[in-house]
Amino acid sequence: MDLTYSPAERAFQTDVREFLAENLPPALSRKVNARGELTKDDMERWHAILNARGWLAGPWPKAFGGQGWGPIEQHIFEEECCLAGAPRIVPFGLKMLGPVLMKFGTPEQQATYLPRILDGTDWWCQGYSEPGAGSDLASLKTRAERDGDDYVINGQKTWTTLGQHANRIFCLVRTKADGKPQEGISFVLVDLDTPGIEMRPIRLIEGGHEVNEVFFTDVRVPVTNRVGAENEGWTIAKFLLGHERTNIAGVGFSVQALEQVKQLAGKVMRGGKPLIQNTLFAARLARIEAELDAMKITNLRMLARAAQGGRLGAVPSMLKIKGTEIRQAINDLARRALGPAAAPFPSEDLDGNLPIAPEGHAHHAASYFNNRKISIYGGSNEIQRNILAKGMMQR
Amino acid sequence: MNFEMSDDRRMLAETMRRYLSEQYGWEHRLRVAYTAPYHDPQKWTGIAGLGIFYALVGEDRGGMGGAGFDIAVIFEELGRALCPEPLLGAVMAARLLSAAGAPLTDLLSGDQRYAVAIGELDAPYDLDGITCTAEDGGDGWRLTGRKSVVYGGGVADRLLVAARAEERLALFDVAADDADLRPYPMIDGGPAAELLLDGAKAKLLIADATSALTDALDWGALALTAEALGAMETTYAMLLDYLGTRKQFGQPIGAFQALQHRAVDLAIEIEQARSIVILAASAMAGPDQAKRVAQAKHLVGRIARTVAEEAIQMHGGIAMTWEYPVSHYAKRLVMIDHQLGDTDHHLERLIEQLQTG
Repeated sequence: MDLTYSPAERAFQTDVREFLAENLPPALSRKVNARGELTKDDMERWHAILNARGWLAGPWPKAFGGQGWGPIEQHIFEEECCLAGAPRIVPFGLKMLGPVLMKFGTPEQQATYLPRILDGTDWWCQGYSEPGAGSDLASLKTRAERDGDDYVINGQKTWTTLGQHANRIFCLVRTKADGKPQEGISFVLVDLDTPGIEMRPIRLIEGGHEVNEVFFTDVRVPVTNRVGAENEGWTIAKFLLGHERTNIAGVGFSVQALEQVKQLAGKVMRGGKPLIQNTLFAARLARIEAELDAMKITNLRMLARAAQGGRLGAVPSMLKIKGTEIRQAINDLARRALGPAAAPFPSEDLDGNLPIAPEGHAHHAASYFNNRKISIYGGSNEIQRNILAKGMMQR
Repeated sequence: MNFEMSDDRRMLAETMRRYLSEQYGWEHRLRVAYTAPYHDPQKWTGIAGLGIFYALVGEDRGGMGGAGFDIAVIFEELGRALCPEPLLGAVMAARLLSAAGAPLTDLLSGDQRYAVAIGELDAPYDLDGITCTAEDGGDGWRLTGRKSVVYGGGVADRLLVAARAEERLALFDVAADDADLRPYPMIDGGPAAELLLDGAKAKLLIADATSALTDALDWGALALTAEALGAMETTYAMLLDYLGTRKQFGQPIGAFQALQHRAVDLAIEIEQARSIVILAASAMAGPDQAKRVAQAKHLVGRIARTVAEEAIQMHGGIAMTWEYPVSHYAKRLVMIDHQLGDTDHHLERLIEQLQTG
């Protein structure tokens, strides 16, 4: 048993750290750590910096412009980025559509779209969920009907993250009405400039705008924009759900967030002492730290298995459940630590000369509320439990 | 034994409920809770016009209530409607002015709005850490320091401020016009403010105010637990409705046993919350007041957060949106634990009471 990285992995870790120290703009990391809302420019700027180093799409094969990283290298990269306060890579093109095109796309589709993802020409968003199809995604109703060389799309998608910045959307659409719901779904690529598309913002619980509704009215899309065979979109959807393996647990986010809570608890006062000296609060903190340290090892055990080519089965569902619970518990601690100073809304509009929370900590209540989403999106924790139960009890 | 509400209190509850449902519709609530002055002065006057404030004190002080259950009934209705009107300050001010033997006429009629300024940045929940100072410069008292997150502070006419005069913690009355107030909305809606005092003119109300302040904090905490109870009941009703109507996998999601059990667990918790609020309300002005209030605020702090989180999770994405009321109820339920001592603070009070016998 050896819980440490190999010499080559440690060398890579050092490379990443040095790169981040030299290339991550401090203004960006300050914004990320204070959970300030990143602009489209912020995100594109970071993508361009990574792309110049060839690390924007590290896990992609070299033939497509990546580095061919395995799960451990990818994990190291993501963890270091989190700890340094780098913006998260916008996943829709790089982690979702890219791998789909490499596996299911035609050579033409690969040649057209993959370079445009890397150089930032295209910003993709996701059209999966619908108002009536959330956990039960296969019940989606947005129709694509053949008309000559086109599909004509009608329907509504929702929870489209950062759609306001996107120029293209990949969608699951219904191309066959009869049979099992999973058997009539296709995966199509849509230019958001196509007539008949309307995007409307959804305001979230804490007041922010990061998701949207997308309405399709007689939207004509060439049949050549379909990825994979007609009515086989569900296979792609399942491939995507199981594809993300390294950052499901969000360990890097949790480590970074826990560090922030510790700092905060050393600053804010309760009963005449720093909060960290308060036994009840320290107990909450110690408990979560033990959970997180265990989670780190669980995560590494799964990564090691994946790196050796082992099947993970339903294991990613376990990481998602425990990982989101830990992240949310840390968000809860951060909010709690602020006491009454968590109350102001919206924190960024307050008079800069009159801070209430310690600098960089005004966001904790908003972050806590916003992060209630992480146990809901991408397959809620209830759906993950169904997947696990099915995998473990119905052999 | 009788757990029925008296006719008077039932009428008080119905009066509040009818007024809020007719005058404080959801869209209106959303708008005023986040738009300066973060409440609706006309509706405040309307509530005063119903005579609600007279229920805050007993007949000996010119009111017609003043029991724990009077406060609980009013705040449960505020919570049910998620009303952001800053009544908390009135409850606490009524106790403080009574203790000072000061007139309550303007408070009870609603003509003067009061806010109570106790907590500070480095002393959010405890009286011992208060550093705001009072000095008698010959021409009257002057206050210096900062009070943080004063509920209803930006919309008050008068502020009752805790400050140190020599070694003692005293209570002062400051006119809003003599203070530097920086108002803002809270994340769950409603008005708060930072209060900056730099030699502000003040009138001494109580020279040794520790016990009066502790008492006012208890009454405020009772009010908040009752408010949480009302908000939990509305949230739970919306959750049950959603579980019965939202269909996935060809059936209402409430047909899934995993969700049924979680919903039932919430119902059990809410019953516990109701019982501890009743126990605390019955103990007010009696020897067990401090213990019962601490028990209530401790339990309700935990239960309200559980209800908020579970209601969001069982709804799914819809409850993450601004448009859907559950998100706003959830914010209030969580943030109530940040007011007048959180669940841990009140647990510490209980531990201390246990250990000192």
